Amino acid sequence: MAGGASPLLLLVGLAVAVLALVPLGYVVTTTAELGRQEAVDFLWRPRIGELLWNTVRLLVAGVVASTVLGVAGAWVVERTDVPARGWWHAVLCAPLAVPAFVNGYGWVSTTHAVQSFPGAVMVVTLSYYPLVYLPTVAALRRLDPAVEEVATSLGRSGWSVFTRVTLPAISPAVLGGALLVGLHLLAEYGALQLLNYPTLTTAILQQYATVFNGPEATLLALVLVTFCLLLLGLELLVRGRRRRARVGSGSSGVPVRVALGRYRPLVLAALTAVALWALAVPLYALTRWLVRGTSASLDVGELAATAGTTLWLALLGGLTATAVAVPVVWLAVRHRGLLTTAIERSVYTASAMPGIVIALALVTVSIRVVPTLYQTVLVLLLGYTILFLPRAVVSVRSTFELVPPGLEEVARNLGCSGPAVARRVTLPLVLPGLAAATALVSLAVATELTATLLLAPLGTNTLATQFWSDASSIQYGAAAPYALALIVLSVPSTWILGSLSLRTTR
Amino acid sequence: MIATRTALGLAALSLGLPLLAACGEDEPTLVIYNAQHEQLLEEIAPAFEEETGIKVELRNGKDLELSNQLVQEGDASDADVFLTENSPAMSQVEQAGLFEELPAEILDVIPATYRPTSGLWTGFVARSTVLVYNTDLVETSELPDSILDLADPEWAGRISFSPTGADFQAIVAAVLELEGEEATRAWLEGIKENGTVYDGNNVVLEAVDSGESEVGIVYHYYWERDRVEGGDVSDNSQQYYFSDQDAGAFLSVSGAGILKSSDMNDEAEEFLEFLVGEQGQQILADSYALEYPLNPAVPLEQGVKPFAELDPPQVNVSDLDSEAVVDLMTEVGFL
Repeated sequence: MAGGASPLLLLVGLAVAVLALVPLGYVVTTTAELGRQEAVDFLWRPRIGELLWNTVRLLVAGVVASTVLGVAGAWVVERTDVPARGWWHAVLCAPLAVPAFVNGYGWVSTTHAVQSFPGAVMVVTLSYYPLVYLPTVAALRRLDPAVEEVATSLGRSGWSVFTRVTLPAISPAVLGGALLVGLHLLAEYGALQLLNYPTLTTAILQQYATVFNGPEATLLALVLVTFCLLLLGLELLVRGRRRRARVGSGSSGVPVRVALGRYRPLVLAALTAVALWALAVPLYALTRWLVRGTSASLDVGELAATAGTTLWLALLGGLTATAVAVPVVWLAVRHRGLLTTAIERSVYTASAMPGIVIALALVTVSIRVVPTLYQTVLVLLLGYTILFLPRAVVSVRSTFELVPPGLEEVARNLGCSGPAVARRVTLPLVLPGLAAATALVSLAVATELTATLLLAPLGTNTLATQFWSDASSIQYGAAAPYALALIVLSVPSTWILGSLSLRTTR
Repeated sequence: MIATRTALGLAALSLGLPLLAACGEDEPTLVIYNAQHEQLLEEIAPAFEEETGIKVELRNGKDLELSNQLVQEGDASDADVFLTENSPAMSQVEQAGLFEELPAEILDVIPATYRPTSGLWTGFVARSTVLVYNTDLVETSELPDSILDLADPEWAGRISFSPTGADFQAIVAAVLELEGEEATRAWLEGIKENGTVYDGNNVVLEAVDSGESEVGIVYHYYWERDRVEGGDVSDNSQQYYFSDQDAGAFLSVSGAGILKSSDMNDEAEEFLEFLVGEQGQQILADSYALEYPLNPAVPLEQGVKPFAELDPPQVNVSDLDSEAVVDLMTEVGFL
């Protein structure tokens, strides 16, 4: 069933799956404590209908807009003769360094118009389209242009080549990105709360803030998880069983770039608009608060200490999640089977859980089962791992998929021992993916808010929690330096991701 | 290879843990679950540390988040002291039987109106309900006599509030206590119909100031603080205090209590004594908090409406029932 994986590896994979399923188990058990009639009474209300409608339309519009923007941006950078491509690539990656809630804060403090459905779609799209853009750029980079050239030489038009040849080839990357965007939207809290756009997730947080981990909040979480599972099923269905590996490490040709011609000003204007909307607006608002608030008398020592804590947590979280992702991906890619796919998918389920559900599941479980762990960094890291494992898995997987198993078999046939194959063949090929996974997770940990608020041990403040605490007690000026620090801290990993996505396979 | 990575991960973990844990291991510290504004405690705590040599650590959260967490943790809780912004969260912990009775030295400092008869916790500061109004959009003559009038059709589309916060829920608890369940339900339905819902009182304040909404139900210090900060979200608005013991003049009490599970009872008592004593209350009065100290010897100045001029309704702090409020608000569709 699991294609000959070693029992030990399977055991590790299963342990990871169990860990990832703790929040879901918590949600299901707590929901079960509620009588059926009570559950129906709570869920069958106009308020829930409103939340569902808000969630679904944001999900659909946000995913579509992010995908269009991400793919279009990637295509322009990789396949056209747009000037200053390196610069535009950096600009298109950069919004990843502005946390969604900082972006929302910037927009809301600039105009009230964003406190609406279109506003919410715009802000989340500007925050999350890089999740589609990055893997798409990487996939376009790695795609041998010979395929496209052949199609062109056979008489296909540019658009037709894109839709019939390029798009299917990069679809795993695009779908993976779109799935991530969807899961982010389902779990997004900070930005949407600032935009005053109620969804299932913000409602869950409000329930928690009011009645803690009561069964009503877990009922909402159950509905949310159902959405996530539907999304995962959809992606699984569309992606199918395609296997993508380019045999041979020979260099691929230089892609023929489409001449933009008279559309050049239009494309440049669109890119500039994205840059202004996604970056200039939030940064300008932040600067404004920095300058204006009299509460901006800054405690540098506290800021430095908070930044230090955040850095450490981010690094630890990134390394832990990546280390845990490797066996899961290895099983899923190399020992494809029902069981291993189930392990991989179970990891994904956690990503639809809002941070607070994971946090409260861990609070409850740790208090009930291992009270000594409660209020330790270990539980916080466990929370980060569950929360961001999907991100690590997607990233690790995309590189592992590009390593043809034949290479390892050849190495083994040539007398290389198992560990030597791993060190000399597999590792060099997957290292960029592992680095990307660590960077992605670190970036996410550095800006994580809700789970950190509940799971951080006493006295452990991160930049995100400090920002939120200041901003929510209307100390806008005091919040601004923390937001700025969050952005600064996110720049390196965003840069790593941006440059990794441009690296071609050797 | 996998083993190597795992080992690397574990090594990184073991490297990192001591560094992160180093914050609080050295000496016994007083753990405060703090739902009050962090800035407020960040002024009190150092003064207390300096005065007594007792180290303090703050675990910050929201009223009901922390009260529920305390109930969940029960005897296993690390918390020594619990501080809230509003009293319903205190009542919840009190009903769970988690509070240690306070000594008379602490209780006697605060007037009996601002603490429960049980003596299990005490108020230490209070905040007044107000109606913030946009001065360009609302004439003073239009302002309602009672907060209940906001449910009338003439306020349709003009009001805003933050129903998911503990602040507003304390106000609803007061309305419920004063007006009864039927009237409260009708009022909630009316203001839901009339109003825009925001998340957070600061957002309400901003919405009113920018003219998105004409009036907003908040506590007094939001507007006052912003005025001190430069008036970014308060220069187009003023605040209106309800009078005549109207439910809208409700004074919400921030509470402090000591947990039974605490192994530092003496230090916790010292902290509460400091908090309600003149020195602590003066720090509060001079601070950015702009909330009313409850020790009668310490007035709040800084240009805020004097405490003596407030005309709040008589509400027994122990009677504010958060559970009934949540049920009502769920029924009406706020939650």
